[in-house]
Amino acid sequence: MTAVAARAGVPGTPASPSMFTQARWAVSDTLTITRRNLLVWMRVPAYIVFTVIQPVMFVLMFRYVFGGAIAVPNIPGGYVNFLMPGIIGQTAAFATFGTAIALAQELQKGVIDRLRSMPMARSAVLAGRLVADTARMTVTILIVIGVGYAVGFRFQNGVGPAILMVVLAVIFGVAICVIAAFTGLAIGDEESVQAFGLIWLFPITFLSSAFVPISTMPGWLQAFANNQPVTYVINTMRALALGGPVEANLWKSLVWLAGIFIVFSPLAVRAYKRAS
Amino acid sequence: MTQVTSGPAILVEGLTKSFGEVRALRGIDLSVPRGTVLGVLGPNGAGKTTAVRILTTLLLPDGGRALVEGRDVVRDAAAVRRSIGLSGQSAAIQEELTGRENLEIVGRLYHLSRSTSRSRAVELLDQFDLGDAADRTAKTYSGGMQRRLDLAASLVGRPQVLFLDEPTTGLDPRSRLGMWEIIRSLVAGGTTLLLTTQYLDEADELADEIVVIDHGQVIAAGTSEDLKGRVGGDVIEFTVPDRDRLSDAVVAVSGIGEGEPHVDKETGVINVRVGGRGSDALIDAVRDLDASGVLTHGLALRRPSLDDVFMALTGHAAEEEEPGGRRRGRRRGRKDPAKAAAQ
Repeated sequence: MTAVAARAGVPGTPASPSMFTQARWAVSDTLTITRRNLLVWMRVPAYIVFTVIQPVMFVLMFRYVFGGAIAVPNIPGGYVNFLMPGIIGQTAAFATFGTAIALAQELQKGVIDRLRSMPMARSAVLAGRLVADTARMTVTILIVIGVGYAVGFRFQNGVGPAILMVVLAVIFGVAICVIAAFTGLAIGDEESVQAFGLIWLFPITFLSSAFVPISTMPGWLQAFANNQPVTYVINTMRALALGGPVEANLWKSLVWLAGIFIVFSPLAVRAYKRAS
Repeated sequence: MTQVTSGPAILVEGLTKSFGEVRALRGIDLSVPRGTVLGVLGPNGAGKTTAVRILTTLLLPDGGRALVEGRDVVRDAAAVRRSIGLSGQSAAIQEELTGRENLEIVGRLYHLSRSTSRSRAVELLDQFDLGDAADRTAKTYSGGMQRRLDLAASLVGRPQVLFLDEPTTGLDPRSRLGMWEIIRSLVAGGTTLLLTTQYLDEADELADEIVVIDHGQVIAAGTSEDLKGRVGGDVIEFTVPDRDRLSDAVVAVSGIGEGEPHVDKETGVINVRVGGRGSDALIDAVRDLDASGVLTHGLALRRPSLDDVFMALTGHAAEEEEPGGRRRGRRRGRKDPAKAAAQ
């Protein structure tokens, strides 16, 4: 792996690698960063608590504490079946706390400076972060589904739609992840990032169809809850899991998610380039 | 490392950079010949870190140009990154990973093969006296060990030019000496080094050439001897244990020196520059202090230190916090090994 064909006049400085080599490095650097991030994640008990135990607690609390008080007519299997797609969506969104916090930490500690001063692919830090966090999120979602099954949840609509529901949840999570990456890099301070995450993630997940039927909310809140992306995504997931019309909500979800990627990917990349 | 190429390892011309209202660099020039050590000396907020960040491609300059190994840091940033190593003010290591894992990952990111990354990590861990701690997470390391690991990480790619931004800030005096030892051995291996520091003894100890910057400008350059020559002669120094009598002591010796005596109110140390008058001035000082009845300790005539140089050049001591001085990143403890060592 030596690209040390010295350019005339400046011996010792490796020549510029070819496009092909650069592309290969972009992939291998992303994988290296991914592996590093997953290794870090597995070593920090707090991360495990946030990504595994917290969602499981939400499942148990809503199933057994609030569940009895929430009526969901027309849902086959009752509240637990209504709840699980919502919890899974919320889990995907909350998993992005880790993204924002980790990037802010790396920025604060100078790790990003170190990486940016190295001849590695510049895209790899963000790409590796997203790949690792997507893997982490997927594991969490599967655990939550397992716990859901233990407390009575059942997919009602067959295996194919169930898998599609998980895929949609992950794509939704990645979209939120891109927003989180932007906030983490733009704010750059671990505690502020955490506080900011609470301020926007809690409202958008709770003021949606995730935990209660929107029809039980006051009218002014319904106006918001009915028309925000988390509701579209959760409704689509719910229809995939339990049966029912999918199409309308799916289109709205996809448009929203595409919009998020289009707006926030360049913002995140720009924040990374400017990070200091 | 070939010696064929002409031209300095680092060349900086008229570099400027502002952050909003703050003019961090107001046009600095530097030239560092291959295989030498340049010490960039200045107080907090002088612009040292900004200069290093531009030279290591982390920040774009507003004006002027900078070349590292003949490559422009803006136009040819990727090539510059292949020839440099950077170790910043804080240890940029992943604390949850072991020392070995940290270095192996850096090796992989330098596109070394898996086995080369592994052997390079072992080599560096041994060289930096971290062999026994190789498989412990870096979180368990002492501050000095973390800095050594960080420095090791900056060397994985065998850089021709190494940038160390305040490598010993916040370290205790012993770790600091250890760090100096390591830096000396690196330089002996032929690496070009640019080192920023706010500790004058550090620059004196490690650098071939010293550049003093203050408020984003180079205010003096030369060898440590050259700079000491600027002070123009010797210094009388003594300590007044009774802080209430500091002003009496100043009055007593104000006639013997060139310019005002410098008083450190915290330590009670008074410095007076006495030019070429050396021993005559010392006799005067003894007589005047005796007459004033102020008790002093350790009255002596000494050769000027870089501290005196800084005083002479800027009118303030190097380690004094500047009002409104811009400070990047977190604040570190106000530990000051330079002063600790001087006492």
